[in-house]
Amino acid sequence: MKEHFLYAKGIHKRFGAVQALKGVDFEVACGEVVGLVGDNGAGKSTLMKILSGALLPDQGEIYIQGEKAHISSPQDARRYGIEMVYQDLALAENLDVPGNIFLGREVQYRLKGLGTRVLNRKYMERKTKELLSSLRIQIPSLRQRVRTMSGGQRQAVAIARTLLAQAKLVIMDEPTAALGVAEVEKVLDLIRRLKEHGVAVVFITHRLPHIFAVCDRIVVLRSGERVGERKTSETTMEEITQLIVGSKTDAVSGTVQDQ
Amino acid sequence: MSTGREGLAFLKRLVVERTATGVLLVLLAIILVTGIVNPRFFSGYNLQTLSRQVVIFGLLSIGETFVIVTGGIDLSLGSLTALLNVLAAWFMTHGFGVAGAVLATLAIAACFGMWHGFFVTKLKVPAFIITLGTFAAAKGLAAVITRGWPISGLPAGFSNLWEGMVAKVIPIPVVLFLLVALLAHFVLGYTVWGQHLYAVGGNLEAARRFGIRINRVRMAAYVVSALSAGVVALLIAARLNQGNPTVGTFYEMYAIAGVVIGGASLFGGEGSVIGGILGASIISVLWNALVLLRVSSYWHEVTVGAIIVVAVTVDVLRRLRGQTVP
Ligand SMILES: Nc1ncnc2c1ncn2[C@@H]1O[C@H](COP(=O)(O)OP(=O)(O)O)[C@@H](O)[C@H]1O
Ligand SMILES: [Mg+2]
Repeated sequence: MKEHFLYAKGIHKRFGAVQALKGVDFEVACGEVVGLVGDNGAGKSTLMKILSGALLPDQGEIYIQGEKAHISSPQDARRYGIEMVYQDLALAENLDVPGNIFLGREVQYRLKGLGTRVLNRKYMERKTKELLSSLRIQIPSLRQRVRTMSGGQRQAVAIARTLLAQAKLVIMDEPTAALGVAEVEKVLDLIRRLKEHGVAVVFITHRLPHIFAVCDRIVVLRSGERVGERKTSETTMEEITQLIVGSKTDAVSGTVQDQ
Repeated sequence: MSTGREGLAFLKRLVVERTATGVLLVLLAIILVTGIVNPRFFSGYNLQTLSRQVVIFGLLSIGETFVIVTGGIDLSLGSLTALLNVLAAWFMTHGFGVAGAVLATLAIAACFGMWHGFFVTKLKVPAFIITLGTFAAAKGLAAVITRGWPISGLPAGFSNLWEGMVAKVIPIPVVLFLLVALLAHFVLGYTVWGQHLYAVGGNLEAARRFGIRINRVRMAAYVVSALSAGVVALLIAARLNQGNPTVGTFYEMYAIAGVVIGGASLFGGEGSVIGGILGASIISVLWNALVLLRVSSYWHEVTVGAIIVVAVTVDVLRRLRGQTVP
């Protein structure tokens, strides 16, 4: 058994009358790709928001590399090496690729006494090229504004950001939801690249074939509870579908339909 | 046929995309037409007058660019110019000395910028509301301070700031303007803060998530904008040799028109110092042309109004179609 990078224990979260998480345990090993599945409203996004510091749990503990972690903001999570790629991606669409990858951590020339921080664009462009090629992504022109790029390319930019931050765990909440077939392939490839770089990934999607294509392990949530966990190599889409819906009768196809 | 189509595509690019080159071509065309209609346009005297006018509108457009890039707007620049102009004259005639008056004027300008920035960032008041407040109040305050009369009797020699020449041909305000423009271009295009201004205007929420101090970044933009009014107020004090509460009327409109003509977007995230200066130059040349053609000054306002409407409509259409400047 590999060492756990992250171990969350007994996570509870309630929104008013809705008990979104009812004491969920969740763990991710270093460099492991975990698929997180469950019906709409099962609590997947809530759990991930807690791990990435966007929400605070009502109860429960999080351990990072064996030590108790205090995550109360996205900045805290980032300090532990946890990066969340938001579904809306949250890029500055008017900026180019290096502009987005380095946003908030621009590389500067050291100009003592000038009182201003001057961008080292050359360096940022070179580093951007390295990051993209290590992810085996091709973007025709780095000077292109993100606004003009496809959904898959934007995912690539968002993921390159996490590489630059030397993230140890990247959380992707439905990154393939709005993408076409070819673009989905690229995002799945990006997940494989992250794994190659030793980065753990939690990947949420409704489309089980995508999960089976890249994940080492699958965790199933239902109504705020963890109802199952399987190694991908030891299960089938039918079994996972049954876990998701909680009965055998509804397990017709390998995909769970959106409501 | 094909050249016609190409020409049409070219025109469309000019209008829709408004690249700096496109704006420059439009400016040159207006200059050429004006010069042909009235050859006096190219006289040395008129060119000096014109260049000083470009300085005034250009400085305000530069300041306005910083705010518009963040997705904000500053409607106060004209009135602020009037108030600061009066204050500068008051300081100079009340024992502050020229240097003291200049510093005090710029300091008060900066305070107005912070006031605007505070409302926009901390209280989430829309930029057009809080700067509209200053638009109304500053003008009135200027008149209250002078009781409606100009303050004259500024120190001898101060008018050199406006009238003086560098190397006998280039007006001092033009040299000053070029220095400011260079600095602003550098700051907006090559520094971390400049990059953050664009980021904040492009996606405020993303900028915040990525750890940018969005409030500080935007606050500083309003300070730069107000400072541009401070500099213009000083130049006008030198030009008139007085503080006059009636100056600056509609200047905020000219500044905003210049910025938008120059390719900036009122939605934020787009715009450049060069574009703002070119846009301001177009406004100045048109103004100058209307004067030379002896058109009533009321028509100047109508013209600028029409230009703003066209430029903003193009901006909106461009946004709707998702077309962008490459
Ligand atoms: N901010 C919120 N306020 C109130 N209820 C919420 C909020 N976020 C999630 N919920 C509720 O919590 C439950 C779990 O939601 P979520 O984690 O988004 O599920 P999933 O991502 O698995 O579809 C749902 O019932 C949802 O309506
Ligand atoms: Mg969700």
